[in-house]
Amino acid sequence: MLQTNLKHVESEGQYNETLQNNENVMICCGRMGPMCVPVYDAMEDLEKEYTNIKFYDMDFDIPDAHVIRNLPECRGFMGLPFTVYYKNGKVVTATTSIQNYEQIKEILEREY
Amino acid sequence: MESNQYDVIVIGAGPAGLTAGIYSSRAKMKTLIIDTGTIGGQMILTFEIANYPGVESTTGYQLAKTMKNQAKNFGCDILSNVRLTDVEFDSKIKSVTINDKDKYAAKVIIWATGGRSRMLNVPGEKKFKGRGISYCATCDGDFFQDKEIVVIGGGNSALEEAVALTKYASKVTIIHEFDHFQAFEHAVSEARKNPKINFIMESHVVEFTGGDSLEKVKIKNLETGDISEKKIDGAFIFVGYEANNDFLKDKDIKLNDWNEVLVNNNYQTSVEGVFAAGDALAKRYRQITTAVADGTIAALNAIEYINRK
Repeated sequence: MLQTNLKHVESEGQYNETLQNNENVMICCGRMGPMCVPVYDAMEDLEKEYTNIKFYDMDFDIPDAHVIRNLPECRGFMGLPFTVYYKNGKVVTATTSIQNYEQIKEILEREY
Repeated sequence: MESNQYDVIVIGAGPAGLTAGIYSSRAKMKTLIIDTGTIGGQMILTFEIANYPGVESTTGYQLAKTMKNQAKNFGCDILSNVRLTDVEFDSKIKSVTINDKDKYAAKVIIWATGGRSRMLNVPGEKKFKGRGISYCATCDGDFFQDKEIVVIGGGNSALEEAVALTKYASKVTIIHEFDHFQAFEHAVSEARKNPKINFIMESHVVEFTGGDSLEKVKIKNLETGDISEKKIDGAFIFVGYEANNDFLKDKDIKLNDWNEVLVNNNYQTSVEGVFAAGDALAKRYRQITTAVADGTIAALNAIEYINRK
């Protein structure tokens, strides 16, 4: 499990349930690595501001993370973390590698 | 004292800034640390830290977390992921504005904004970041299992990471602009004796191309001017660091030709009451240990400066 203060998606079942029950969802799938930690950190701060969005992380190395790894929107991604933004269960944006607070905020403003 | 008034404002929450905050708040100075990104600065970009004295082995993330907790426990206020919109260095009471609206005042500012990995700034670099271009071998190396990659750079990071990447890649080509490397001899010899590593010297990468992901790199031979194309699956860029001092360009604080802050023996900048520490400085060795030392000295001098006034 990732050592963040975010809620974790730990299985395919929980992933499906999360998307089914929430309109706006952001999931960052990564490890506790240098490119991932700044994204979790920004999400922890943004979570307080954007109460209409559910923020989650997911461990890239658990088998069920294939739900993110194999998304068509993540094809060609070769940099952790894979960060995916959903609206009504559908992917609206996906990014690869490190993103800073401002870049994430810009996506949230645009998509939600 | 009003809530937005401080004795010391530290700008930057890497090892230099956090240390300055620890010393300053422990000396009962009301202290605020501000960072435009994540607490820990470049420290959190390091997976394993094995040469920080007193700690056998740790991660940058853990060390940053410990330093942050120490600063908080001594009473430091810390704000991260904010936008720095204005800093007034010159007046007797300095001020810092964040997010265009929140203004904080202090008797002293300690500038500790650190540095960042330098980009090549060539066409295709931004487009293929995370789609074949990486700045972290430990993070992304396993995406390149049995693939052919290039490593760009000639310092310690480039050569050490090139060797580390041979665990995954079938072939690693190091591209470097000079005919010799800046890395330590042991790093160069490790790379030279690795059968998976090839070298392209005296050359610049001028463009990255591809479709969904990176497919080719264009390389210019600096001696002949010839441009060739190389088919690759990935590129790792390690071309050094630059100071995060863009904000100081139109300010009175003296910088050298590389935009690094110049300080006197007390770590005071050319503006009275503004001190600086860490990788934002003009200095030779950039380590967590040297940043921590800078932060300590800058804070102690800042405290003395306040007490003298």
